[in-house]
Amino acid sequence: MNFSISLTVNGVRRDVELEDPRVTLLDLLRERLHLTGTKKGCDRGQCGACTVLVDGRRINSCLALAVSHDGADILTIEGVARGDQLHPVQAAFIAHDGFQCGFCTPGQIMSAIGLIGEGQAGDDPERVREGMSGNLCRCGAYSGITDAVLDVQKGLVEADRRRSA
Amino acid sequence: MKTFDYVRPTTISDAIAAAAEPGAAYLASGTNLLDLMKGGVSRPHRLVDVTRLPGLDRIEHLPDGGVRIGALVRNADLAHDPDFAKSYPAVAEALLSGASAQLRNAATVGGNLLQRTRCGYFYDVASACNKREPGAGCDARNGENRLHAVLGWSEACIATHPSDFCVPLVALDAVAEIEGRTGRREVAIEALHRLPGDTPEQESVLEPGDLIVALRLPGEARMFSTHARYLKVRERTSYAFAIVSATAALRIEQGTIRDARLALGGVAPKPWRAHQAEQTLAGSSPTPAAFRRAAEAALVDAKPSGDNRFKIELAQRILVRALTLAAAGTPERMPALPASPFSSVSRSDPGEIYEA
Repeated sequence: MNFSISLTVNGVRRDVELEDPRVTLLDLLRERLHLTGTKKGCDRGQCGACTVLVDGRRINSCLALAVSHDGADILTIEGVARGDQLHPVQAAFIAHDGFQCGFCTPGQIMSAIGLIGEGQAGDDPERVREGMSGNLCRCGAYSGITDAVLDVQKGLVEADRRRSA
Repeated sequence: MKTFDYVRPTTISDAIAAAAEPGAAYLASGTNLLDLMKGGVSRPHRLVDVTRLPGLDRIEHLPDGGVRIGALVRNADLAHDPDFAKSYPAVAEALLSGASAQLRNAATVGGNLLQRTRCGYFYDVASACNKREPGAGCDARNGENRLHAVLGWSEACIATHPSDFCVPLVALDAVAEIEGRTGRREVAIEALHRLPGDTPEQESVLEPGDLIVALRLPGEARMFSTHARYLKVRERTSYAFAIVSATAALRIEQGTIRDARLALGGVAPKPWRAHQAEQTLAGSSPTPAAFRRAAEAALVDAKPSGDNRFKIELAQRILVRALTLAAAGTPERMPALPASPFSSVSRSDPGEIYEA
């Protein structure tokens, strides 16, 4: 049996015909839409490399059935920059050496964007580390990742202050 | 993963009819089920996707002061609901100590109640497991079993129930609302899960087709809101299942404990309410000696199922710690590391409360 689903991916509507209900959102992004920025690490929800935003919330795309997300709005790493202008989180990862091999980085960046959007961590390094614990980095770039998130968070607070001043 | 039929009903009655057939399973977010299916541990013929059923994603405040939580409310949304977190802080803390932010954003309240054990032998299809394959035997019994159950286990199965969320729920008398082929009924969370006995494959009292539609916490449970904690010992600080966990909720008046609620996680095949231990506390002062007596009462029936004798003492110590922190008062803000025994306490001087 075939399933027709329609998703908005990085602002573009995509209609996809699925021949098999087993396709995960991760495999759909990588194999069908050729958006290979989202990485497959463990494929079991333990490493966070596959993190994307679904309707604005970060989730593990490896543990999501594509067919169940018919109609969803998906943001992947390919959709966060504006042309050549990097997303502030991308720029901060570069500024703070938030990666080495880079495999976990798309998931780290999507998770960081999600974390900042959730508004729970603020400028507390402990809360940032806790909020990012679903993303493993085997190169051990954690301290740079934490600094990058804190830097973006600080920039947002300053921008807010300037606006309200 | 074995293939399956996929159906997405739009009414509860259609969902029940579709799921009542042998080999069918409900799918909510799938954070546990898809993982089990990828490993060949669960092999449903049909998935009944309940994520589009109307009206199950709401948090409602009830006239009696209680709260009704739709089964499709996401763990993160419940934990961050300001009124809920203030009224039932130990539940919010338990939710935020579980899994990762990504998983909490996806996982549903109903699914969490029915999550499967994390016993490695259950997950490894090359191992013998009575829960996965009735009658096959239990390789955990003489295997790597330092994290297995010390209460409620049987020779057939020594697996533990992995949920954090369920631990304060049983302590606070939460109730599941269930729709099934014979209509609607209610089951206390404490009575939802079965002990393994000779039939570890039967994990709950649910019948084929039964759908948990909501969870209710009674208004009386709010009376514990100023003295309630959930603590969880893990092998790493975050994103790990409990070795042991405990919830303690107290109602203290003029320096005397009027009512106490205690439950343990990670030690038994179900979330473990410690009724006898609660009774030892009622009417006493919140002292270290009283807490130690209660902790001993909670574990009086415990026995190791393998290399896990340490969990009995560890569970007692974590209960004492949870009681100590609950007596000191619920923190005004959720700790940076929810449920961590290593987190500092915002309201009191830690040196003072750990004394004696």
